[in-house]
Amino acid sequence: MAWAKQLLRVDLTKGTCTNEALNMEWAQSYLGQRGLATKYYVEECDPKVDALSLDNKMIMATGPLTGTCASTAGRYSVITKGALTGAIACSNSGGFFGNEMKNAGYDMIIFEGASKSPVYLMIENDSAQLLDASEYWGQTVWDTEEGIKDKHGDAQIRVASIGVAGEQGVKFACIVNDMDRAAGRSGVGTVMGSKNLKAVAIRGTKGVAVNDPGAFIAAANAGKAVLAENAVTGQGLPAFGTQVLMNVINETGSLPTHNHRDVQFDGANNISAEAMAEPRASDGKPNLVTNAACFGCTIACGRVSTIDREHYTVKDRPEYQKASGGLEYEAAWALGAATGIDDLDALTFANFICNEQGIDPISFGATVGAAMEMFEDGVITDKDTGGIDLKFGNAQALTELAELTGRGEGFGAEIGLGSKLLCEKHGKPELSMSVKGQEFPAYDSRGIQGMGLTYATSNRGACHLRSYTVASEVLGIPEKTDPLETDGKAGLVKAFQDATAAFDSAGLCIFTSFAWTLDDVAPQLDAACDGEWTTDKLLEVGERIWNLERKYNMDAGFTGKDDNLPARLLKDAAKTGPAEGKTCGLDKMLPEYYEVRGWTPDGVPSNETLDRLAL
Amino acid sequence: MIIRIKLYASLGQHLPSGAVKNEADLDLDEGATPVDAFSRLNVPLEQCHLVLINGLFVPPAERPTRALVAGDHLAAWPPVAGG
Repeated sequence: MAWAKQLLRVDLTKGTCTNEALNMEWAQSYLGQRGLATKYYVEECDPKVDALSLDNKMIMATGPLTGTCASTAGRYSVITKGALTGAIACSNSGGFFGNEMKNAGYDMIIFEGASKSPVYLMIENDSAQLLDASEYWGQTVWDTEEGIKDKHGDAQIRVASIGVAGEQGVKFACIVNDMDRAAGRSGVGTVMGSKNLKAVAIRGTKGVAVNDPGAFIAAANAGKAVLAENAVTGQGLPAFGTQVLMNVINETGSLPTHNHRDVQFDGANNISAEAMAEPRASDGKPNLVTNAACFGCTIACGRVSTIDREHYTVKDRPEYQKASGGLEYEAAWALGAATGIDDLDALTFANFICNEQGIDPISFGATVGAAMEMFEDGVITDKDTGGIDLKFGNAQALTELAELTGRGEGFGAEIGLGSKLLCEKHGKPELSMSVKGQEFPAYDSRGIQGMGLTYATSNRGACHLRSYTVASEVLGIPEKTDPLETDGKAGLVKAFQDATAAFDSAGLCIFTSFAWTLDDVAPQLDAACDGEWTTDKLLEVGERIWNLERKYNMDAGFTGKDDNLPARLLKDAAKTGPAEGKTCGLDKMLPEYYEVRGWTPDGVPSNETLDRLAL
Repeated sequence: MIIRIKLYASLGQHLPSGAVKNEADLDLDEGATPVDAFSRLNVPLEQCHLVLINGLFVPPAERPTRALVAGDHLAAWPPVAGG
């Protein structure tokens, strides 16, 4: 048990919803969520499929522990080919939507085809139907979510929807659930929009059955005790949130600034966790209102904040004066350091708009940063931007572009291409700070070398959530390694990648891994689920998932040559800080990585490796 | 000698008066160590999880012995993480 053992297949072209038994043989090899849904996706979709075509499919998937009383067990992921990348996409979200989906009796929902007119999927336990969404098309995520709850008269309904950005084909549109939690990266919301699917609304009350309730509760409680007693998950994350990293990463000289021209930002402290807690002059209240938790989470790292009512962004717009989600570190970095903007309220506003319209703040902010560099270099002008003075540090340019990009209008439509296409369009591809078309998150690989290998080899394009070696290289979790050294990083990255794939497939939040290892996860899965689940099996499943994703990407046309970084990181040395004079030593790490992966020198999984992993 | 002390998150409450944006100058004896600096400000040593000198990590074992030099930037955080 723990799996609902049932999936829902939604044919948007035909307008049908059909229940199917979950392939439990695959579940034993791929676990759930990221792994199992990727297996289904790879089996059913041609690797050459156009991400926005009728033939692409999109899967929303929970893990076996989703909906149970394990800590953080409320996660779901969206698996498809990314509109931003053309690579396998898997975007993971918290909140409460995943729990509701599992409690309605579904491990996953497979969407295929496309509807001729806007629809939303409404699930109430055993009842699943596609309903007309004409009244919500053109509306924001926030209005759509409230509208659907009002229409059905049930505030307990959980909704995942796209904003106008997803409708308009913004390449980094995301799917937002519970108002401010998002399957954020790679353009999964763009794929959803291409199918004329506005929202998925679910009310589920069935409960989730586990194999051995007594053993499972004991294992879940043991896991919660580890989280509570760990100083990071028990104290640091709930008190300070992810935003505490702003000063940490700046101090280590690894904070990408001004589109990665610099590695330290003078304004970092102004947009940090410390600044969010500082009482402001106008009303004596801080930006930060409270922390918040997703379903079943005993960490509660989330931030809820408000904008200064005197700030130019909201002075005459009371609808944005209420508390809402954010800022989190990655968003604050992209909207702030990447653009050279240290106006905390402007960043908070831009982040609200990203949530409201369903755009990934990382790709948005990073693309604005690239556009700012082209503007300052004279490659694009006022005429291109519609009069926006797109200089680094201009907060009004950022907030105006957030609204324009959210609606896919004006120069916002250009930003909505993402940095790769935008920079190529203007003849400056080298200014896109991306891998496989996806923009970097908030760590410069000249100062944290392992992250360079992480980005280059990430199956979904540049990403920190595939192998967070920052934990080891900066924070000393599970053990400290030197961020400026390349030696040993190949094995470190592989270990993080495989373990993360297992966490992502279980239904758990990756933040548990600041305190847990797979030794803490295995007993929970073993007590809850069919089959025997050990740490070794989870590591094997994680490695299998990584290689399955890799093989799909190679079949889609990617090669080892795509395991690369922008020349800026490989040739332009860091100007300041501990990494001054250093570039990213990817050439030293990549061959060793291929070797420890059991891949050929060209980065192709060998037949022996594929056989060993039963691929 | 004067060093720059930077205390973040919950450690910020131990900053000397006049500190701006989590930073302040601190006058220490020649040869003073990170532990000496933290002790001067009554920073609980067990709360100093991440300690950097000029952005470089200082292992716990070196914090009582590593000699600071004038102009060093000494930064410390309690247990934190993110991503």
